[in-house]
Amino acid sequence: MSGAALELVCPAGTPAALRAAVDAGADSVYLGFRDETNARNFPGLNFSRDELAEGIAYAGRNGCQVLVAINTYPRAGDPGPWHRAVDDAAGLGAWAVILADIGLLDYASSRHPALRRHLSVQASAANPETIRFYHDEFGVKRVVLPRVLTVQEIARINSAVPVETEVFAFGGLCVMVEGRCLLSSYATGESPNMNGVCSPAEHVRYEDRNGRLISHLFNFAINVFAEGEPAGYPTLCKGRFQALNRASYLFEEPASLDVIRMLPALTEAGVTALKIEGRQRGKAYVAQVVTAFRKTVDAVARGKEPAAADLAPLTEGGRQTTGAYEKTWR
Amino acid sequence: MSGDVKLTLGPLLFNWPAEQVTAFYARVAERLPVDTVHLGEVVCAKRTPFLAEALAEAAGSLAAAGIEVVWSTLGLIADAKDVEATRSLVESTEGLVEINDITALPMLEGRAHAVGPLVNIYNEGTLQWLASRGAARVCLPPELPREAIAALGRADAGVALEVQVFGRMPLALSARCYHARAHGLHKDGCRYVCDKDPNGMPVATLDRQAFLAVNGIQTLSHALLDLSAEAGELMEMGIRRFRLSPHDADMQAVAHVWRDLLDGRSDFARARRIIEAVADFAPRANGYYHGRPGAELVA
Repeated sequence: MSGAALELVCPAGTPAALRAAVDAGADSVYLGFRDETNARNFPGLNFSRDELAEGIAYAGRNGCQVLVAINTYPRAGDPGPWHRAVDDAAGLGAWAVILADIGLLDYASSRHPALRRHLSVQASAANPETIRFYHDEFGVKRVVLPRVLTVQEIARINSAVPVETEVFAFGGLCVMVEGRCLLSSYATGESPNMNGVCSPAEHVRYEDRNGRLISHLFNFAINVFAEGEPAGYPTLCKGRFQALNRASYLFEEPASLDVIRMLPALTEAGVTALKIEGRQRGKAYVAQVVTAFRKTVDAVARGKEPAAADLAPLTEGGRQTTGAYEKTWR
Repeated sequence: MSGDVKLTLGPLLFNWPAEQVTAFYARVAERLPVDTVHLGEVVCAKRTPFLAEALAEAAGSLAAAGIEVVWSTLGLIADAKDVEATRSLVESTEGLVEINDITALPMLEGRAHAVGPLVNIYNEGTLQWLASRGAARVCLPPELPREAIAALGRADAGVALEVQVFGRMPLALSARCYHARAHGLHKDGCRYVCDKDPNGMPVATLDRQAFLAVNGIQTLSHALLDLSAEAGELMEMGIRRFRLSPHDADMQAVAHVWRDLLDGRSDFARARRIIEAVADFAPRANGYYHGRPGAELVA
């Protein structure tokens, strides 16, 4: 494709999803090991060492690269699993590791200087000063930008930093600053930073109360649905709560980020890569989203306006948002 | 041993009127048995202009009372204005600065500093790396369980470790202001509605269970962290500094009972009674310390 095309970074929760992403035209695929070293530590997901080796080979045959997310925070007194994850990603020939913890960045840059390091969104580096810090101290080559920035701010960052930037394009949307949110562990005891999970399914319970459906996360009601109202998953920050004597989606309505129409602006802003969220999704979802983005990214690289790919059925509550990329979101 | 255990008053997180801020710190200077007080706006840069004078005055009276003043940076340093305000704080402060966002670290150029609980320090590797860059004190993130705190204590990184032991727990920050959003406003035109809730805006579940407290772009716990029963164990782990987070409540009583607790003049049963009476607007919690949900109270 044209050299100006945005790199399409696609999620793989399983080897089948990896193949689906590669076949649909991913430029790179990101994944994690099957343990708490990555932020999608869900049952039945992720890769063994052997599966990673096979995944890297399959991707490589198709001109695609593999990135390994090791983006939770190592446990005090027990950094072994995180160190081994970095060692094995390097040993198996991953293109890059995606890290958030300063201690782990230090480990990776001193033990595996040749292994390319990306800064995870979980490190929430949101301005040029912080990004330069991670570049200067740990040789970070790319930063995944937090979903809190406007397109104008992204452009300003790109003109000021010596690293590539990657932005979220589609999928789940964190409304809190990533890597700095303890809401999940406050309610359930398990957090993205320490356990690689947010609002984990094992703590979800649905209760039928006089025809109304109540979704609980551990001991807290996250939403109440009237009869016939479609019930979503109780992700804590997408719940309905009571404040000022009014029930509302206080933090954010259930919605998925979709910036497909903003691709020209993001290209103009100097972004290198687009990230599609969804390692917890199945291969059919991955294939469909990657196909739509592949088509649009290539069209935009040829100077065309993005066509309205209809991804609405794949979004949360069928609702799309451009999130913080537009300032009115705040 | 208790002689070198210090009591810290963390930064005021809420948007109080300047007169209330002035009166509060006058009382702190006069009557609170604390060793260190943190000043500076941590939550929202938009509040800063209204408080600059009150905080400068507070710094003067605290210093005159022999209390150490530490200036805390913003927790979310997002745009160029925030960066420049932080740089100016770092450059103009002679004493210790507490960083609450990594952005401030390179500005310090290796100078000795404190690191606040909004910076992710989960393990020895990070603690030691930050110590090598000048971190002299570290207040640990609230979600760390006992085992992690103990491991960090054992790491012996040459850093004075601090733990928040009283007050609502900082849980999240956002680019979006939820106070403004709840009032049907945007952050840019927020009308400073966060000043309506001196301890944060109560957020309940739809079945009326108190849950969280919104403070501008910050989300806090509804429950008040109370680690008075754990104070002895924390001291044994090598924790040398104990942080109280200021609330619109009788902080004098809280500080006194904590001073007594640290000096061995009070037991935690008395501390609990006093804290329950003072902080009657929310239940106590200590779940994180015990590896449980942060909202829980483990007896």
